[in-house]
Parts: sequence; C-alpha cells; structure tokens
Amino acid sequence: MDVIAFMQRGLDSQTKKQLDEEEKKIISDEHWYLDLPDLKEKESYIIEERSFIPCEDLLYGRMSFKGFNPEIEKLMVQINSKSKKEEIEEDDKMEADVSDEEMARRYETLVGTIGKKFLKKRDQRVLHDEDEEENSNTKPKKARKMFLKPQD
Amino acid sequence: MAGGGGAPAESRVGQVVLPGDVLLLPAYDEQDTERLPLGTSAAPRGRLLCGPGLRRCAGGLLVTKCGLLRHRRAGDGAAAAGGAYWVDSQQKRYVPVKGDHVIGIVTGKVGDVFRLDVGGSEQASLSYLAFEGATKRNRPNVQVGDLIYGQFLVANKDMEPEMVCIDSSGRASGMGVIGQDGFLFKVSLGLIRKLLAPKCEIIQELSQLYPFELVLGMNGRIWVKAKTVQQTLIIVNILEACEYMTAEQRKQALAKLSGN
Repeated sequence: MDVIAFMQRGLDSQTKKQLDEEEKKIISDEHWYLDLPDLKEKESYIIEERSFIPCEDLLYGRMSFKGFNPEIEKLMVQINSKSKKEEIEEDDKMEADVSDEEMARRYETLVGTIGKKFLKKRDQRVLHDEDEEENSNTKPKKARKMFLKPQD
Repeated sequence: MAGGGGAPAESRVGQVVLPGDVLLLPAYDEQDTERLPLGTSAAPRGRLLCGPGLRRCAGGLLVTKCGLLRHRRAGDGAAAAGGAYWVDSQQKRYVPVKGDHVIGIVTGKVGDVFRLDVGGSEQASLSYLAFEGATKRNRPNVQVGDLIYGQFLVANKDMEPEMVCIDSSGRASGMGVIGQDGFLFKVSLGLIRKLLAPKCEIIQELSQLYPFELVLGMNGRIWVKAKTVQQTLIIVNILEACEYMTAEQRKQALAKLSGN
C-alpha cells in the first residue's frame, strides 16, 4: 500500500521486494564457490617434518655421568629402556610365582568352596553327606547328635 | 621451471644439494597400487618423512637449504617407517621448531607468564602452570636470569613460540629449572646434532674423564657442571673445540688430560 513517505526510516515494502529479487537473480547457489580449478589432492605418503629429532633419532638432551646427578641417571636408564622396548616388541611372559597348572587346580577347588556358601541349608546337608560318602565310605555314619536327656 | 628436471633422490644422497634442486621420488600414484611393483624399487610401506631443508612439490621433493642430502632407509627405526630424507646443513641461528628441547634464559615475568630468550627471533612464553606439580597456589620458584630446559609446544612463523616444562603425560622428565652453578655456552647447531647422535664418541670419551652433568639444547646452548671449576672449564673447551678437531686430535687431547 502506498502511504505517504513521511518520516519513514527504512525502505518501503515494494522497493524491498524489488531489490531482493534483483539480488537473487545475481546471486545463486553457485555464487559462493571459488572459481578456481580443483587442486589435486596431493598423495599423502610424504610427511613434512621440520625437526631433526625423528630423522636422526637424537637422544634426550639431559645427561649425567659417573653418578653426578642420580635422578638424571635414572631418567637416562628409563628413556633408553623405553627406546629399546619399542624396537623389541615381543612381549616376554613374566615369570610367574605360581604356574598355570597350579592356578587351574586352585580355581577348581575354589569354585566349589565359594559355591557351597550360597547353598540353602538343606542342600548343604546333602552335599555334606555326599562328601562323606565319597571320602569315607568305610566309616560308619555318625549318629546325628540329638538332645540327650540328662539321666538323673 | 628451475633446474631442468631433477635427479632421482637416491642418486643424490651424500652429495651437496642447493636450494631449488628437485629430487624425484619413484612415482606412487594410485595406478601403482594395482600394478605389482617389480624390482628393487618396491614401494615402501608407510610414509616417507620429508625432513628439514626439503619441501614437497609435484613429482618429489624440493630442496630449500644448502647442505648434504641424507637418507635413512625404511626399517625398524622408531619413527619414519618408510624412510626419511633430509638436508644436513650448518647454521648458528636457531629457528624454533615444535617438539625441540631447548635451554632458555628467563628475561622477565609478565603476569602469569615467563618470557624466555631461546636465541630465536622472538622471545618464547612459558606459563607458570606448565611445570610439574604447579597449581595456582603452588607456583614454581623461577627468577629472572634462571635457566630453563623445556620443549616447544607451539612454534611456527605466525605465532609467538610457547614452551612447556612437562611432557604429554604431565611429568617433568628432566625438564624445568636447571640448578645452580655450571657454565652455559653457545655452539653451532650442527655440533649439537652430532653430540646427540645415538652413538656419539665425543660424549662417550668425555664420560670416562670426570663425573659431570650436561644439558644440550637444540638451540645451540650447552650447560655443563662438574665438581670443580677447572674440570667444568676443561669440558667446555673440549666441547667447543671438538667441532673442528679430527678424532685423533681429540683422543690425543683427552689422553693428555687423563694423564694429568
């Protein structure tokens, strides 16, 4: 609607629409891409490195000799053993105090003992009887202790 | 185009190269993965390391510094599976490189950051929290004029270099303030690399002489401390002179000293 342009701060709606349309014509989606030819992605098999350390395998710069600074000497041993470990990547099995077979045996019995803890009382008694039967068949079964009335 | 083509990189190893030389590498385009590489020039697994003095360019490497071309084969070396090429050049002026361990001198304190002189074009900054066990309340005891051994965290031509005194796991591992006494002097960068090489005879021979402590910064600075001033100065003189001595001269000099 054309209203008298009295104290109007911005553009009126019609001129705005016209300007927008003109802009859209000029600027399409393709406008925002660079007009350069596609750079070929360089093969990534070359790494650029500005430091000499990986090229020449340089050592750590802090050193101490003949026990002048014991902490630094400890550090030197650590760092040297680290670099050796990287070269020799075999995992040596640590010598175990207990052999694997013993561990297996222990676990077998362990599972049984802990398992018994969680049985109900009835089952415990049955187990107990079974154990006794297995272990000592020859021994007569002990009479279950019942309340003995005191003899006057 | 400069140079009129280039020579294959392998043929120039050990020779003097000048800036502008192009070193051709065996082609590794995508087509090669289909064809089996025959012959000695088998494509190495892993990436090729293009070290200091070299840049990538179409077809191979472009030399940017004058010096001798060095090569390390692809092998069981810790880094650089795939081999490495670099230019062994000599210079006295240090340019900060990320990851390098250097000796810096504290020149000032600005707020929570120390300013260090590392011999480069700009002073490096070191935050007071970049020490092992430092917290806002527990500040490290660093004064102006102290020597600090640290590594660069940020070092490029667009930004001011930043240093830290801890490694990636948060431990100091030898970095931090270097103690009292001792002697600091400057040598060329090539000598530092020679001294830090894995089997350096100079260091091995010196270690037989007296007990002493040595800190080598990649910026050309060396700090030495021995029990007496005289021993310290002897070690300093040997290190400065050994750049230009042959192995025999050095052994003679050391024999004289151990005889004394």
